[in-house]
Amino acid sequence: METTSEAKVVVKNLYKVFGNKPDTALQMLYDGKHKDDVLRETGQVVGVLDASFEINQGEIFVLMGLSGSGKSTLIRLLNRLIEPTAGSVIVDGQDVAKMSKENLLNLRRKDMSMVFQSFALLPHRSVIENAAFGLEIAGVELKEREQRAMQVLEQVGLDTFARHMPSELSGGMQQRVGLARALTVNPSLMLMDEAFSALDPLRRTEMQDVLIKLQQEQKRTIVFVSHDLDEALRIGNRICIMEGGRVVQVGTSDEILQRPANDYVKAFFNGVDTNKYLTAKDIAQKEQVTIFERPDDPANGFSAALERMRLYDRVYAFVLDEQQKIVGIVSAESLVHCINQGGKKLRDALLPGDFAIPENTPLNQILHKVVNTPCPLPVVNAYGEYIGAITKTALLRKLCKEKLA
Amino acid sequence: MSYKLPIGNWVAAGVDWLEHNDHGLFDKIGKVIDASTGLIESGLAFIPFWLLALIFIGIGYWRLGWKFALFCAASFLLIANMGFANQTVVTLALIFSATLISLTLGIPLGIWAGRNDSAEAVIRPILDFMQTMPAFVYLIPAAMFFGLGRVPGVIATVIFAMPPVVRLTSLGIRQVNKEQVEAGIAFGCTPTQLLFKVQIPSAMANLFAGINQTIMMALSMVIIASMVGAGGLGNDVLSSISRLDIGLGFESGLGVVLLAIMLDRITESFGVKRPVR
Repeated sequence: METTSEAKVVVKNLYKVFGNKPDTALQMLYDGKHKDDVLRETGQVVGVLDASFEINQGEIFVLMGLSGSGKSTLIRLLNRLIEPTAGSVIVDGQDVAKMSKENLLNLRRKDMSMVFQSFALLPHRSVIENAAFGLEIAGVELKEREQRAMQVLEQVGLDTFARHMPSELSGGMQQRVGLARALTVNPSLMLMDEAFSALDPLRRTEMQDVLIKLQQEQKRTIVFVSHDLDEALRIGNRICIMEGGRVVQVGTSDEILQRPANDYVKAFFNGVDTNKYLTAKDIAQKEQVTIFERPDDPANGFSAALERMRLYDRVYAFVLDEQQKIVGIVSAESLVHCINQGGKKLRDALLPGDFAIPENTPLNQILHKVVNTPCPLPVVNAYGEYIGAITKTALLRKLCKEKLA
Repeated sequence: MSYKLPIGNWVAAGVDWLEHNDHGLFDKIGKVIDASTGLIESGLAFIPFWLLALIFIGIGYWRLGWKFALFCAASFLLIANMGFANQTVVTLALIFSATLISLTLGIPLGIWAGRNDSAEAVIRPILDFMQTMPAFVYLIPAAMFFGLGRVPGVIATVIFAMPPVVRLTSLGIRQVNKEQVEAGIAFGCTPTQLLFKVQIPSAMANLFAGINQTIMMALSMVIIASMVGAGGLGNDVLSSISRLDIGLGFESGLGVVLLAIMLDRITESFGVKRPVR
């Protein structure tokens, strides 16, 4: 694997063996023995096995795999929360695996931070004290660190809660604090271990949006551990699939979708073939906000539409005519934009493009469209009438279930 | 098996040897304990009994509200009425000094045991020994080393009262959420920073539970320690037993109970919640 100039992190032949005789186990692995044999003969558990890959500057790199595949171990090897047994982790040209304790402390304080699945906030500290934790450890004085923490809290929308305790916040808000704590030290590399997995689907999507927005404002390199396919497809620039401690495939979602390296990867991404007989109708659900277009309504229905979207916490809504036929999709943004431009009709706020999916379309034909469209897609019957919508989550959940069954 | 291990002989010989060969050291330890306990006692005696009562009532009101403050007031009135004012002050002084020594030794030991498995492996059986060995067994050697009075009383009390704070501190440190510790390390904590900024604050509830238990143990032991002349409420309990004076026994016992309830609720409140403001 050649080193390109834009690689932020280079992982080379990285191993982690848990147990009291790592060297013996390592030698057996070098000799080509299987990790199950190593476990049986020496009692040593192999966590990560010969991992090599590069992470590019400024990308979101998703580590994916089932539980026990070694992804959480691997991310902890990057900042040495877990000591590597062999191999190297080169961050900006420096080998983290071999650097001195002092340099390691410096790196952790200045250029690397981490977000945890359980949030791991310190319960005895207020929101702002938690957010300023990294700077406090690095010895930044109170006034400056609170000022910087406050700026980041504003970015994640929590500035009004600065003096509250974490226990007073909801899960989603707590993880915003976790994110703020990681951002306050202004790291160029952020490690996120199942950061949004403990949140409900709605909050998870919301946090992904926050992350994407932050990423647009300032490019950081982010390593994101996830077991959620939807999440990986949504936020990952590139995805790294792990199985049994091994890196099976690294690539963009399209590359992996089109050329899965083995059956394990296929199982993750490609439940499609077994689902030819399932059609769009089977997973369409009427959970989206729908708005009826009433040409005779003097208020145009704009504010009612916005209010209903706010009420159901949705960003998109479907516009239907009085015969239940789909007219198009509006977003909160397009509505506001249209109002500002002096638009007269809901029709003026429609998003461009044709979204409707006929109800008898096989699932494998709509996978791409669903994954690559930001909004849920409406499903229509033969008369063009709206019968429900397909979200990414619903589709992928269905595919996973079918695969398991 | 006919051969009996001479464990008792060994210990007796060891104690005998210590008494004859290390007398200077015990003397010095004794003097320090005596002086500090004396200082606390005279300090407490310097405060009028009614002021001491007011302090308890005030803290009671601050931590637990007016009902408990009322209870403190009634308790102190009853203690004074039964004629135990001076003894109560002496008992409090003994508890304070024994607790102080227990905490200064116990908290660091607990932290060490919480962070180090081998330390835990060595410390735990010693704690079991300290807690379960009948008090009289070491009360007598302690009196031999330090003479009668409050010094052996305080030492016996420390032996009995220290284990809970060590155990609960260690438990508290071990129970800190794994990801919280990881977060500390990931943000660049040195081991000392990790201890003071993450582990100890998170272990506070357990730590206070340990302090509370240590104080309660100290109170019960301080009464027994009056057998070696430690003084305080225990003297009255003891003399009521020797004279079969059931009335005095109950009165002095009641004084101990009231003191125990006040100390328990107050110290407990520090671990459980912040004061209601």
